[in-house]
Amino acid sequence: MTQEILEHMPARIAPRSIGARLKGRGKWLIILPPLLFLMVFFLIPFGFALMISFADTAVRVPPFTDILSVSPDWHIHITLNLGNFKYLFADEVYGLSYFYSLKTAFFSTLICLALGYPMAYGIARSSKSTQTILLLIIILPFWTSFLLRVYALEGIIRDTGLLNTALLWLGVIDHPLQIMRTTFAVYIGIVYSYLPFMVLPLFATLEKLDHSLLEAAGDLGSPPWRAFLEITLPLSMPGIIAGSMLVFIPAIGEFVIPTLLGGPNNLMIGRVLWDEFFGNRDWPVASAVAIAFLVLLVGPMALYQHYSTKQLES
Amino acid sequence: MLVLIGYSFNASPLVSVWGGFSTNWYTQLIHNDQILDAAWLSLKIGVVVSTGALILGTLAAIALVRFKLFRGRLLLTGIVNAPLVMPEIVTGITQLLLFVSMLRVFGWPHRGFTTIVIAHIAFCTAYVTITVQSRLYGADRSLEEAAMDLGAGPVRAFIDTTLPAIAPALVSSWLLSFTLSLDDLVISSFVSGPGASTLPMVIFSKVKLGISPDVNALASLIICLVGICVLFAGHLMRSGERRRVLDAQMAEH
Repeated sequence: MTQEILEHMPARIAPRSIGARLKGRGKWLIILPPLLFLMVFFLIPFGFALMISFADTAVRVPPFTDILSVSPDWHIHITLNLGNFKYLFADEVYGLSYFYSLKTAFFSTLICLALGYPMAYGIARSSKSTQTILLLIIILPFWTSFLLRVYALEGIIRDTGLLNTALLWLGVIDHPLQIMRTTFAVYIGIVYSYLPFMVLPLFATLEKLDHSLLEAAGDLGSPPWRAFLEITLPLSMPGIIAGSMLVFIPAIGEFVIPTLLGGPNNLMIGRVLWDEFFGNRDWPVASAVAIAFLVLLVGPMALYQHYSTKQLES
Repeated sequence: MLVLIGYSFNASPLVSVWGGFSTNWYTQLIHNDQILDAAWLSLKIGVVVSTGALILGTLAAIALVRFKLFRGRLLLTGIVNAPLVMPEIVTGITQLLLFVSMLRVFGWPHRGFTTIVIAHIAFCTAYVTITVQSRLYGADRSLEEAAMDLGAGPVRAFIDTTLPAIAPALVSSWLLSFTLSLDDLVISSFVSGPGASTLPMVIFSKVKLGISPDVNALASLIICLVGICVLFAGHLMRSGERRRVLDAQMAEH
């Protein structure tokens, strides 16, 4: 009798978690589809870009020469053309636009941090119901078209836009402020578009903050600013880094904002890449620009990856 | 946004001058084939992309949360997170180069619908994985174990217990992928071919020339549509949450 019951209870003996139960083939059925798809359509393309950045332009479709060629006697020839990378160093437009993109992204990130930190702090300290509403307001822009938001911004800051009309009517200024097509407009655009990416990770870390630590600091006679500097700030560091990277990295590659809001001086790398590709149809140089850009981004990306996985798993 | 909606009813062709209330721009919009075609293409792409990304992203999330150790775990983590931080312009150009090379070797895929769908799935999968992953970490595993103790196979146990628990995350990540796909300009511009222009591509080419009243009308329509979707999704999730709380209370009595 007992024997029979034991036989009908296989789960007692079997490992208890799904991960442990699904062994062998079943497990790989889950892992492989996303892994293979992303390998082929996300990772391998970088190999192609690297390869084509060594090719030469050619008047044909697609507009570049072959790197690998097989001659009639079955020798494989590899023709590497370093000219594209030399060109990147020789023409100062690339160096300048890299530098300009870095500068713009850096200051935009600082502005986002300065604006986003108090916002995230306020949201984290407010009551649960207000918190939901405030978070909804922060997330809402994610759901509306980015292109349309930038376009709507143009409607506000252009010469005859809402801001200038209001200021003129109030008598603050007597002729419209030139904001469109300036560096200032690019900053406004980037900060406005990427602020949520800063606030959300900050909020996530600040919400988890143990308030008893702050109380303890207060009890021990530490002034609030010191408690903030020594407890809140270091503990929210993962959020600060994750948020900053989420703003900094896409801001460097930003294309839409400098094109629509900026002037001819706001040559960011995204714009240069776009022009090289669509305007000059020089695919090899565009690939070389992309590869160089990528090399520049490896550091910040690794930093972000490190902090975000740590946060997710804690 | 509100300004934009207001201006869309402006009768005057000059955007800065208010010429009275008019629905003129909406009528013009309905007769604009270029915009209608683009909108239809974008919607089709959006549905295919969000469904594909939902499947791949959920699988990736399950793999990352439930299988602690497997060969390629680090690779999967990296490859899933990288599209989130990779600038679109770099992703777009590299994917185009792959598609062009593939076309030359295999004769597939032709630039257009297929390539846009593939490229969009690649970056939407990342968003789905992140959303579902955090929900899976929070999901109660004891139900699953109980189901398996009662003799259900691992797949069955997952479908009956965990899947309902992560359903809100699945719905919201489907909608998120849909809006991301509908909104994407840069990647689409790179991988698309002649004749396949998505809605953002058409809007961008118009906006580059300056403010135009029919774009205002179009934008207002899109904003309303998305707004309704968001409200609907919010409602779905909240009622699902409420039902679960009720169930839990019932179970306690």
